[in-house]
Amino acid sequence: MIAQATRRAGWLGDRTLLGVAIFVGSESIFFLSIVVAYVANRDAGLGDARATLDLPRTTVFSLALFASSATMARATTTLNARWLLATIALGGIFIVGQGTEYARLLAAGTAPSSAMFGTTFFTLTGLHGIHVLVGLAALAALGGSTAARAVAVRPVAWEAVALYWHFVDAVWVVVFSVVYLGTKL
Amino acid sequence: MSAVSLWVNRPAGTRAAGWLRTVDHKEIGVLYIGMGIAFFALGGIEALLLRAQLATPQEHLLDPETYDQIFTVHGVTMILLAVVPLIVGFANYLVPLMIGAADVAYPRLNALSFWLSLLGGIVLYFSFVAGGAPDAGWFSYTPLAERPFAPGAGVDYYILGLAVNGAGTIIGAINLTVTILLMRAPGLAISRLPLFVWMTLVTSVLILGAYPALSGALVMLFVDRQLGGHFFDPLASGQPLLWQHLFWFFGHPEVYIMILPAMGMISEIIPVFSGKPIFGYRFVAGSSVAIAFLSFGVWAHHMFAVGLGTAETLFFSVTSMAIAVPTGVKIFNWIATMIGGRLRLATPMLFAIGFIAMFVIGGLSGVSLAVVPIDLEVTDSYYVVAHLHYVLFGGTMLGLFAGAYYWFPKMTGRLLHEGLGKWHFWLTFAGFNLTFLPQHWLGVSGMPRRVFTYAADTGWGPWNLVSTIGAAMLAIAMLVFAVNIVRSLRGGAIAGDDPWDGFTLEWATTSPPPPENFARLPEIRGRRPLWDQKHPDQRDVA
Repeated sequence: MIAQATRRAGWLGDRTLLGVAIFVGSESIFFLSIVVAYVANRDAGLGDARATLDLPRTTVFSLALFASSATMARATTTLNARWLLATIALGGIFIVGQGTEYARLLAAGTAPSSAMFGTTFFTLTGLHGIHVLVGLAALAALGGSTAARAVAVRPVAWEAVALYWHFVDAVWVVVFSVVYLGTKL
Repeated sequence: MSAVSLWVNRPAGTRAAGWLRTVDHKEIGVLYIGMGIAFFALGGIEALLLRAQLATPQEHLLDPETYDQIFTVHGVTMILLAVVPLIVGFANYLVPLMIGAADVAYPRLNALSFWLSLLGGIVLYFSFVAGGAPDAGWFSYTPLAERPFAPGAGVDYYILGLAVNGAGTIIGAINLTVTILLMRAPGLAISRLPLFVWMTLVTSVLILGAYPALSGALVMLFVDRQLGGHFFDPLASGQPLLWQHLFWFFGHPEVYIMILPAMGMISEIIPVFSGKPIFGYRFVAGSSVAIAFLSFGVWAHHMFAVGLGTAETLFFSVTSMAIAVPTGVKIFNWIATMIGGRLRLATPMLFAIGFIAMFVIGGLSGVSLAVVPIDLEVTDSYYVVAHLHYVLFGGTMLGLFAGAYYWFPKMTGRLLHEGLGKWHFWLTFAGFNLTFLPQHWLGVSGMPRRVFTYAADTGWGPWNLVSTIGAAMLAIAMLVFAVNIVRSLRGGAIAGDDPWDGFTLEWATTSPPPPENFARLPEIRGRRPLWDQKHPDQRDVA
C-alpha cells in the first residue's frame, strides 16, 4: 500500500531516490572509465584469457547475483525481511565465489603486478566487489533497522537500497561480459 | 533584539552548533569560502615563488626539484582547492536563498562534502612534510607520474588528496542538483530560476559527469604505483595516452565547472547594476546547456601534439571552435543588458565588466589554440599559460571578486568598503595584465612552460621581469582585499536587507539571514520576484 503511494508520487519527485539515482549515474561513469581501460588494453593478453579464467563456475556465481536483483525487487514490493535475507544470501554467495576465483588465480601466479591481465582483472572485478560489499552492508543496515524499530522503515529506504543493488548487479552484467564472455582461448 | 552572530542571524537565546558540527547551508558555505581563501593564499604564495625564480635569467632562488613541486602544487591548489571550493561555497550559501528554500536537500551530507574536500587538501599539503610534494604537474602525465620516474610519495599524496577531495565535490554536486530540482519555492519554475542557480545546476551536472572519470584514472594510477600494475606502463604494453584521455575527459569540463558559476554571478550582477532585466535570459541559460554538452567532446584538444590522427584531430578542433559560439553568445547578452541601462559602477559591477573584457581575451586565445597548426607551434609554451590564466584569473577570479563584493553584505550584514574595493579592482586589473599579457609574447618566442630557469641570450629576461612585477602588484591587490574584508567585518557600513536594490529572493530576507532563511516569501510570478514586490506597477511580464 505505502510502497504503491511512493511509486505514484513519482520516482524523481522523491529527494532520497533522486539523490541515489544521480549517485548511481556518476558511479556509472567511474566504472565506465575502468571498463574503457580494460577494453583499450585488450590486445595485451586480455582478449584471450579464457584458459586462465574459470568461466563455468563464475557463471554460476553470476547467476546468484543476477537472481538477487529479483529477490530485491520482491523485497521492495512486499517490504518483507525474508526477501531481504535471500538477497543478502545470494550476494554473499557471489562474493564467496569471487573470493575463490581470486584465491585460485593468485595461487596460479596471476597477481595485479604479474601482467596486464592481472592488473586489469583485479582492478575491475575488485572495484565491483567492493561495491557488492557496500551493497551488502546497506542491505544489512536496512534489515537491522527494520527488525529493531517498532515503526516501519520508510518504503523509500527500501527503494533506495534496491536501486543501488540493481546498479551493482547491472555493473556485473557489463564486467562479466567484458572480462569473461568476451574472451577466447 | 536578535543576537547577530556573524553569518547567521540567530534569535536571542539559541546557540550555534559551532563550526565543527554545523549543518546549516550558510555556515557550510562560509566554511567552503574560508577554505577557498586559505588555499588561494597558499597557491598565491607558490605563484610568487615561481615568479621570483623566473624574474631574471639564471636565478637560483629555487632548485629545479623544488620548482617542479611548487608549480605542480600551485596548479592543483588553485583549481581544486581554491576555485572549486569558492564556487561550491557561494553555491551552498546562495542557492537555497535564491530558490526560497530553508536549506539544501541533505544538510548532513553537505557537511560531509565540505570536510572531505578539506581533508583532500590537507592530505595533499601533508606531502610537503612527508618527503616531498607531487612534482609531475597538475595533470600528472604518465609515465612521468609512474613510480620509476616519480619514486617519491608525492604523486601518491596527489592521488589520495584528489580522490578524497573529488568524493566531497561529487557528493556536494548531488546535493545541489537535488536541491535545485526539488526544493524550489512555489511559483519558481525552472524557467524562472536566477541565472546563478542555472549555472550551478549545469556545473553540478558537469561535476557528476567529469569527476568520476578522474577518480577512475586515479585508482588505476594508484594500482600502477602501489600494486605494481601496468595500466599506463608502456613496457608492459600499457597505454600512457589513456591517462591523458581520462584526465582531460575530466579536465576540460573542469574548466567549465570553474567558469560557468562565475558567469552566473555576473549574470546576476550586471542586470542589477544596469537597472534592467538580463537580455535574452533563455539564451544565457540555453547556451550554458550547450556548453555543458560540448564540453564532454573537446578534451583531446589538450592532446593535439601527441599525434591523434587526422580524423580525431579534425573532430576535436571543430568541437573546440564550436564551443566558443555559445560562450560568445553570453558576451553579447551581458553587453546588450548594459546598453541603455542606468549603470552604477560600484565595485561588483567593475569586476563584472573586468570579467567580460579579460574573458574575451582568454576566449580568443583559446580559439587560436583550437587551430591545430597554431597549437602545435605554441603547445606547452607560456602562450598556454597566458591563455589559461586569462580564463581562470581574468575570468573566474574576477567573477568571484564581483560576487564577493555583491554578496558580502548579505552574508555579514555589512558592506565592503567602496574606496578600498576600487583600489582592489584597479590594482588587480593592472597587475593581472602586467603579469599575463607579456606571457603571450614569451610563449610565441618559444619559452616553454615549467622550465625553472632560462639563458640570458634567449631574450626572455625583460618580459619575465615585467611579469614578476605584475605578480607583485597582484599580491598587493590581494592584501588590499584582505584589509577590506577584515576592516569591513569589524566596522563596515550596515547593509540592510537589500543594499543594491536587488531582484532576487536572497535580498528578501535579513542580512545575514535567520537559520530558516525566510520569515515570509514574496509571491513568485516571474524571474524577479523581489523587483515585482517593490514595483508592483512595473512587474515583469511572466
